Amino acid sequence: MLEMRKDLFADERDDNLNVIGKGLQRQDMPGHVTGLTRYFDDHAFEGLLHLKVVRSPHASARIRSIDVAAAARAPGVRRVLRAADVPVNRNTLLSLIGFGKDDEPSLAVDKVHYKGEPVVAIIADSEAQALAAKKLVRIDYEPMPAVFDVEEALKPGAPVVNETYSANYFEYHERFDHQKLRFGDVERALASADMVLEHRYQMSPIEHAPTETNGSIAAPEQNGRFVVHSCAQGLFFALGTAAKIVALESNRLHFIGGTVGGGFGGKVDSLTEPLAVLGAMVTGKPVRFVLDREEEMLYGSPRGAERIYIKDGLMRDGRLIARHIRSYFDAGAYTRLSSYAAIKCTAHLPGPYWIPNVASDVHVAYTNRCPSTAMRGFGITAVDFALEVQMDRLAEAAQMDPMEFRLLNAYRDGDMKPHRRKASNTALIECVQVAAEKANWPISEQGKRQSSLTGGGVGERGQIPATVLDARGQIGRPETRNSGPTQTLPAGSSRIAPSKQPVMEGARDGRAAPAQVPRYEAARPAAAPLSPPPYQPAPSPYQPVTGQQPPPYQPPPAPPATAAPVQTQHGAVRFSSVFGRRR
Amino acid sequence: MAKIPVQFRLNGSDRAAFVDAPETLLNTLRRGLGDFAPKYGCGQGACGVCTVLIDGEPHLSCLTLSVACEGKRIETASGMADGPDLHPLQAQFMEHFAAQCGFCTPGMLTVARALLDRNPNPTRDEVIEAISGNICRCTGYEPIVAAILAAAGSPGMRRSEGGRHA
Repeated sequence: MLEMRKDLFADERDDNLNVIGKGLQRQDMPGHVTGLTRYFDDHAFEGLLHLKVVRSPHASARIRSIDVAAAARAPGVRRVLRAADVPVNRNTLLSLIGFGKDDEPSLAVDKVHYKGEPVVAIIADSEAQALAAKKLVRIDYEPMPAVFDVEEALKPGAPVVNETYSANYFEYHERFDHQKLRFGDVERALASADMVLEHRYQMSPIEHAPTETNGSIAAPEQNGRFVVHSCAQGLFFALGTAAKIVALESNRLHFIGGTVGGGFGGKVDSLTEPLAVLGAMVTGKPVRFVLDREEEMLYGSPRGAERIYIKDGLMRDGRLIARHIRSYFDAGAYTRLSSYAAIKCTAHLPGPYWIPNVASDVHVAYTNRCPSTAMRGFGITAVDFALEVQMDRLAEAAQMDPMEFRLLNAYRDGDMKPHRRKASNTALIECVQVAAEKANWPISEQGKRQSSLTGGGVGERGQIPATVLDARGQIGRPETRNSGPTQTLPAGSSRIAPSKQPVMEGARDGRAAPAQVPRYEAARPAAAPLSPPPYQPAPSPYQPVTGQQPPPYQPPPAPPATAAPVQTQHGAVRFSSVFGRRR
Repeated sequence: MAKIPVQFRLNGSDRAAFVDAPETLLNTLRRGLGDFAPKYGCGQGACGVCTVLIDGEPHLSCLTLSVACEGKRIETASGMADGPDLHPLQAQFMEHFAAQCGFCTPGMLTVARALLDRNPNPTRDEVIEAISGNICRCTGYEPIVAAILAAAGSPGMRRSEGGRHA
């Protein structure tokens, strides 16, 4: 519990805290309307030099030779920087918290891994001179095979994108190829479901497109320090990253910023600060490194594209009994923050719904595309889109109103989440009720009386089911990473063909109208079921009743003993995804 | 490269600069004369953050050559306030929370000023038309439109110098 030391500055302290609910003027607004707000580029320096980088025209190529002689002699050019001039020319953003291996150079060494990767930096008296000198740099490339698709990248024999991670996936704790979540027995539950729906969702990379492009100005200060005016969203993150790359003590860098001309996640990558500081170090002059609009749009890191497969087991009465998610983050050529995005994604699954059997495998795949990074809920936003579209399709399959379908399956306080933590402060039911009211969307009287505070954690909803282990005592199957677009379903269940196109393109793009697409089929009973179906399908459509609990879930019986006894493990052990330690 | 002298009025003061022939007005204002209110956003006339008034008309300073501004009246968002007294547009932008990161604000204020100079009581559609060349990526346009409509016709409205002489 945080203790407030009210004896400090007692005479200046105003404990009459009453600002909530009042409109207060922002302290930075006068500067914004008078033009006095100083962004990183709004600082005058005598003798300001301008840095521009020569970027790779290839997505994947070996660098045979670099000739900068003509550029170095060009008018106004003060200095040409190459990879060998960067003191620590390999870094990964999250190395500041000890997460992941250094995989990205500031200036490419021997190979380029994406179109637009910086190879050479030119510092000149004017921007025009730097741009003119760029054209004089001669780089001899040997194009190499490239891979642009996340699933292709993970296949054996795919071109190696990033030599630090030669299998094209991010390695968690140098051991694990993806983020995995297991809760209950998804395969068995899918086999017993009335319907199984599987769909594929494909997102696009999205550029933040801030009106102020990425940039920074670094200048020598007194006492051997360097002042850096930066657009960074995480100013001390940028400071630490720059200090590491230019091998300076961090107290010799004086970062000024916090006034960001639009960020949205696109200004956390320290795209310009390290080279600007290095430029100031080697020239002794103020150096400005600003991306122009074309660079910002093409090579400012975007939101990573994601491919998401969702396979759900649905009962005719509308209960979701199983959800399996397989997702691939397109990190581009380097890690940046995608490793963290996959952790966030996994923590968010399976959405705000109580589902007794959940499995997910979230992969971070490297491709020869521009590295991706943070953007507004990255790791969450895309999978939420996929989950909610899937929920609408499930509601249609169950012949239920989509609002009522969500009310039926919503988390309630006390429900056990697949992460082995009890849900608290849940509010989906209330959100649906308010949304329905605002939209004049009719929901049943029973639906209006539901509450997140009641009915949660009852019986099986509050328990951790046994997690099925394979013969090696591990969860999941090792071949999931390279499996085909869909996995083998248990005998007796049938499959819905995954959609072939990104679902967001909609019917007017020529896709068949929904009614023409057999999106679900009733499961055929297995010829000789091993066990009785655990659910008794409701005979009638969903009729919510106040206080009614879903029929109690019968955990599937333990799998029959085989030569290799199947072990189970209860999820009582907490595991820190970031640091890989039990806590 | 031989520098070219150029003189113009900037926010009511006579200013002079030596410029290169291909130099843009945006660069001269920012790097030469230290007026940082106009911003660089795209360099191709697409975003509007560099907008200034030249003889009362909004112009994209990133696409305007400095040498073409000889003898002109140039006004930026820096010159809108009269000492400590804010222009009604500035006051209403504050009142309506019409800025978030603030980067597009000087350009928005400038096109709004030109609009109110020639049309003191614009319709909502005319306001939307006036700011249609200016991109805001944070706040959205509704508070900006509301602020401009609120400023229209308010007491204390001052026309731009270029607008007065036009």
